Amino acid sequence: MELISPVDIAKQMVMAVQDYSQLAARSLSNVFRRPRYVADTLVQMDQVGVGSLPIVVLTGFFTGAVLALQGSNTLDRFGSLSLIGQLVSISMVRELGPVLTSLMVAGRNSSGMASELGSMKVTEQIDAMRALGTDPSKKLVTPRVLSTVTMLFFLTMISDLVGLSGGAMVSTLMLGLNSNQYWSKAWQSLVWQDVTMGLTKPIIFGFILSTIGCYYGLSTKGGTQGVGKATTQAVVAASVLILVVDFFWTRLLMTMIGS
Amino acid sequence: MSLTSAIPGNLAAEDTQHLAIVFEDVALAFDDIVVLDGVSFELKRGETKAIFGIAGAGKTMILKLALGLIKPDRGHIWVLGHDVTEMREEDLFELRRKIGMVFQESALFDSMTVRDNVAFRLIEEGDVPGDELDKRVREVLRFVELERTIDMLPSELSGGMRRRVSIARAIITQPEVILYDSPTGGLDPITSTTIVQLIVKQRDVYKTSSLLVTHRLQDAFTMATSYFDTKTNEMKPIQPGSNIDVKTSFLILRDGKIILDGEAADLTATKDEYIKEYIA
Ligand SMILES: Nc1ncnc2c1ncn2[C@@H]1O[C@H](COP(=O)(O)OP(=O)(O)OP(=O)(O)O)[C@@H](O)[C@H]1O
Ligand SMILES: [Mg+2]
Repeated sequence: MELISPVDIAKQMVMAVQDYSQLAARSLSNVFRRPRYVADTLVQMDQVGVGSLPIVVLTGFFTGAVLALQGSNTLDRFGSLSLIGQLVSISMVRELGPVLTSLMVAGRNSSGMASELGSMKVTEQIDAMRALGTDPSKKLVTPRVLSTVTMLFFLTMISDLVGLSGGAMVSTLMLGLNSNQYWSKAWQSLVWQDVTMGLTKPIIFGFILSTIGCYYGLSTKGGTQGVGKATTQAVVAASVLILVVDFFWTRLLMTMIGS
Repeated sequence: MSLTSAIPGNLAAEDTQHLAIVFEDVALAFDDIVVLDGVSFELKRGETKAIFGIAGAGKTMILKLALGLIKPDRGHIWVLGHDVTEMREEDLFELRRKIGMVFQESALFDSMTVRDNVAFRLIEEGDVPGDELDKRVREVLRFVELERTIDMLPSELSGGMRRRVSIARAIITQPEVILYDSPTGGLDPITSTTIVQLIVKQRDVYKTSSLLVTHRLQDAFTMATSYFDTKTNEMKPIQPGSNIDVKTSFLILRDGKIILDGEAADLTATKDEYIKEYIA
């Protein structure tokens, strides 16, 4: 194996970050430029939104359910089992709904975007598109980013709701709590800060996972093996970045808007 | 003015206006592999220049450079009066719409039908109504004799058919310049002749300027000795003594440099051993 000097590695990383930032910026500025690819965006919305719905519902439901189960143990010790609705709703809305939905969609769609664009790259279809006078960042990247951001927003809301229902199932059927009590606690405990936090996250995470997927796809090198590598790297990078950004965004929001 | 004597970068924009493509001292290397080393040539408007060279000589790179798909390490390239080496990617898209490219491996969009592939440019440019679009797609597919494949996917076509769809996609908007990358490579003589005819028709009927990368010398000779007769709608050999200007020239690349750039006569009259061997 060839040895690469650390300086070269650092240079490559800086270049990669620069390329990624440029692509991410372009994907946003394209929104305000013609032509707009409405049809392509709708196709992507279907891919990301409708396609991810089943796994998002399943993940959300069981996450809410297990939260209630785990929480009941601790709350019971303090004799405050009735607070279970509050626990499930705050955890789901602020944290687990957005993060788990994003991770699921990253696994499904960052990889899908990376492999689709990567295959196009290695078969010269990206070059062909550029040669035909069409900007791949407009036709391929922006529709994916726009649709992922929109769809992840709604998927997260669905995940939150389904998670709460999962919690409700466990609380009423297994813990013997009153369903009305659960729902009113769950509802009343939410304040606008929780909702702001919970609904800004999918917008940021959706942007991250789609731009990362497209970036790895468009920078694919080296045939089919390269496509496989780009796909794996896209999922890993998107997932890690989502978790890291989640921490800092949470911290930032907590200082900015309190709690 | 001879281009090789020009000071690099000093070519005035007016000098390049009346030319389709100008390469001036272009160099390109990948890591330590030198692909092109000081390549200069010009393609006049309406002219077709055949580019030869062994595999890996850098022929494909010349076409990609002309489109601005890659940037040279040194030198300048003017296309229709624009210096593509200095342009930003965003500004290149406009210019590329005036240029057609037939890729060596066709590079069709594999998840789109033949119709959508061929119509790609028209759809992108918008404002072409549906029935007009369909008419033009059928017309250009008829031109390459593939009208019945209109609803197929590229994966359902043979290599030669894909090549012709790729030509159809490149010519549908009648671009001023067409870059053909080995359009007859690996095809049978009959299909090759069909493609050569298409290229001759583009040259003589539509006065397109083009660069034609090819491995088959005889194709280029056929082009240099034929013209397209619009009355009978077929390619015909030029009779000796007639004064038809076929506007076909030859360029041979070797080790990153141009070793010949001239007409068919220059090629056959050469003293260079390598070229003699090449055309033998
Ligand atoms: N992306 C790349 N990275 C590294 N080297 C490259 C790359 N693309 C092309 N090359 C090298 O550039 C040289 C010229 O390639 P090019 O594709 O222009 O050859 P060609 O003349 O078109 O050959 P052929 O007749 O086989 O199509 C080759 O030696 C090739 O290895
Ligand atoms: Mg080639």
